[in-house]
Amino acid sequence: MGRYLLTRLWQSVVTLVLASLVVFIGVRQLPGDPALAMAGEEATPEQLAAVRADMGLDQPLVTQYLAFVRNTFSGDFGESTRTGTPVTELIATTLPVTLWLSAYAIVVAIVIGILFGVIAERFRGRWPEWVANAFALVGLSVPNFWLGILAILYLAVTLGWFPASGYVDVLSDPLRGLYYLTLPALILGTGLAAVIMRQTRASMIETMTTDYVRTARAKGLGRGRVLVRYGLRNSLIVVVTIVGLQLGGLISGAVVTERIFALPGFGKLTLDAVFTRDYPVIQAVVLIITVSYILINLAVDILYSVVNPKIRVGGAN
Amino acid sequence: MAVETLPPKAGGAGLGSGRGRILSSLRHNPLGITGGIMLVAVVLAGLLAPLLAPYSPSEVHFDTPFQRPLTEGFPLGTDDLGRDILSRLLFGIQTSLQVGVLSVLLAVVIGTPLGLLAGYSRGFDAVISRLTDVTLAFPFLIIAVGLAAISGPSLGNAAIALGIAQIPTMIRVVRGETLRIKESDFVLGARTMDASPTWIMLRHVLPNATSAIIVQATVIMPVAVIGEALLSFLGLGIQPPTPSLGIMLSDAQQYIFRAPSAAIFPGIAIALICLAFNLFGDALRDAFDPTNTTRK
Repeated sequence: MGRYLLTRLWQSVVTLVLASLVVFIGVRQLPGDPALAMAGEEATPEQLAAVRADMGLDQPLVTQYLAFVRNTFSGDFGESTRTGTPVTELIATTLPVTLWLSAYAIVVAIVIGILFGVIAERFRGRWPEWVANAFALVGLSVPNFWLGILAILYLAVTLGWFPASGYVDVLSDPLRGLYYLTLPALILGTGLAAVIMRQTRASMIETMTTDYVRTARAKGLGRGRVLVRYGLRNSLIVVVTIVGLQLGGLISGAVVTERIFALPGFGKLTLDAVFTRDYPVIQAVVLIITVSYILINLAVDILYSVVNPKIRVGGAN
Repeated sequence: MAVETLPPKAGGAGLGSGRGRILSSLRHNPLGITGGIMLVAVVLAGLLAPLLAPYSPSEVHFDTPFQRPLTEGFPLGTDDLGRDILSRLLFGIQTSLQVGVLSVLLAVVIGTPLGLLAGYSRGFDAVISRLTDVTLAFPFLIIAVGLAAISGPSLGNAAIALGIAQIPTMIRVVRGETLRIKESDFVLGARTMDASPTWIMLRHVLPNATSAIIVQATVIMPVAVIGEALLSFLGLGIQPPTPSLGIMLSDAQQYIFRAPSAAIFPGIAIALICLAFNLFGDALRDAFDPTNTTRK
């Protein structure tokens, strides 16, 4: 276990360094001279040189990279070139929206996914399984932003069950906050729910045909009991992995969902930054998403090795 | 997903010898047939868009905006500028397929050789898996954001972002196949006859990995089609006036209460393309799987 964790940790560090290099080099590929943008078009060559020195752009690339890493660690991402607001402040106001949305969507996806997975296994060959399968197929084939548009049209406007857009801070008003996030979370969670459902079902079928389940059944344990006690427990391992693997998709999904429901989140910050060429914000956003993605995957792997003893024994490979 | 181990002589015919069995398996799979028919229909719709479309996709009719479906002259109605939705849909499908094919090609062309190397040599494996980790650290939307920031949003950049994001899975699939195939007897036989690693990889391993690569391509296609629509919806992909299903959706969202049908058709088109590839891909996977011969 110790060796596995060390290897995994070391791999993550290498990945983090390489990924930060990609971001660093990528930002330098962006069109336009940042010093010129800062100094203004009418700057004399001397002024330009001064600004360049001030921004550290005259330093060797290695020094610039180290400064970039240092700033990142101290949470200093510079200022938005569009509004002049510190990037850290922009992130602090938008990130919670996205985190609430994603967490809510993951919960929704796990509940629906496992429920449908269990139903599909429990009622094999009968109509509930077909309904669950159809749901999974639709969830995988239908783009969730289209579902979002349809949901606004029918659930929000025609039926009036949910607000069509808007955001209320969850911490200051939890009930209204969650109510506003329900429809976006349902939409964002659908795809994930479909994947979880398919995997849960597959893992259940596998578990239900094992010898120990046959033994438990032979000893008189009811089918429903076995399903919950053995089937569900095993499928939880699968769910942990799936959620980890699907996080990248979830991040992309969150950006679109925020756009459809007009939520003031991280995705909106990202898109606004791209369209206004707000480079400090783009750099910070890309870096934060990448780093958190690597760290979450590390956490998932560790969690996975805790719930699944096979991995621990297997070692690094 | 395994192809049966072939004798050394037939090493280059991974698909050939099992062709009868594969076709017969496909023929007896109703979902696969449905998927195949849908696939042909979708591809034809995209390829023949210039012939099938009643109008040019960008032709505006300012006197007839927001026409309902089944209006005379406009089978699926018109959008806010009076453009024919059916024509835009057909050309949009063409764009989707174009981006899909481009990103599949990118993933196959880069993923296959890297996967072969990673599976064949431990040294390459370590380097390639680090590269894979780095690629996986960037969600495809972030790659697309980066490319759009550097050189502006475009069809090519969308395809590159989607393709890059799929390379790691392609590498993993080919690597897995290589690891399996290189242990088989005919590879051992080739090795005893002093065949070079390059020869073994190209002549023995690659042909037997083809079915896995094809199946993976059918998995990538729908992901790329949805991805293109998503990027274009956000303004990071195809740029107007090129018609794209994603742009149609994003336009339609603005006047959804006046003409809900304009938002419905592009979504159905995306779903149909994806469903076609998902169904056909599943059937293909079953057909390629020799352990699955009992399936009716």
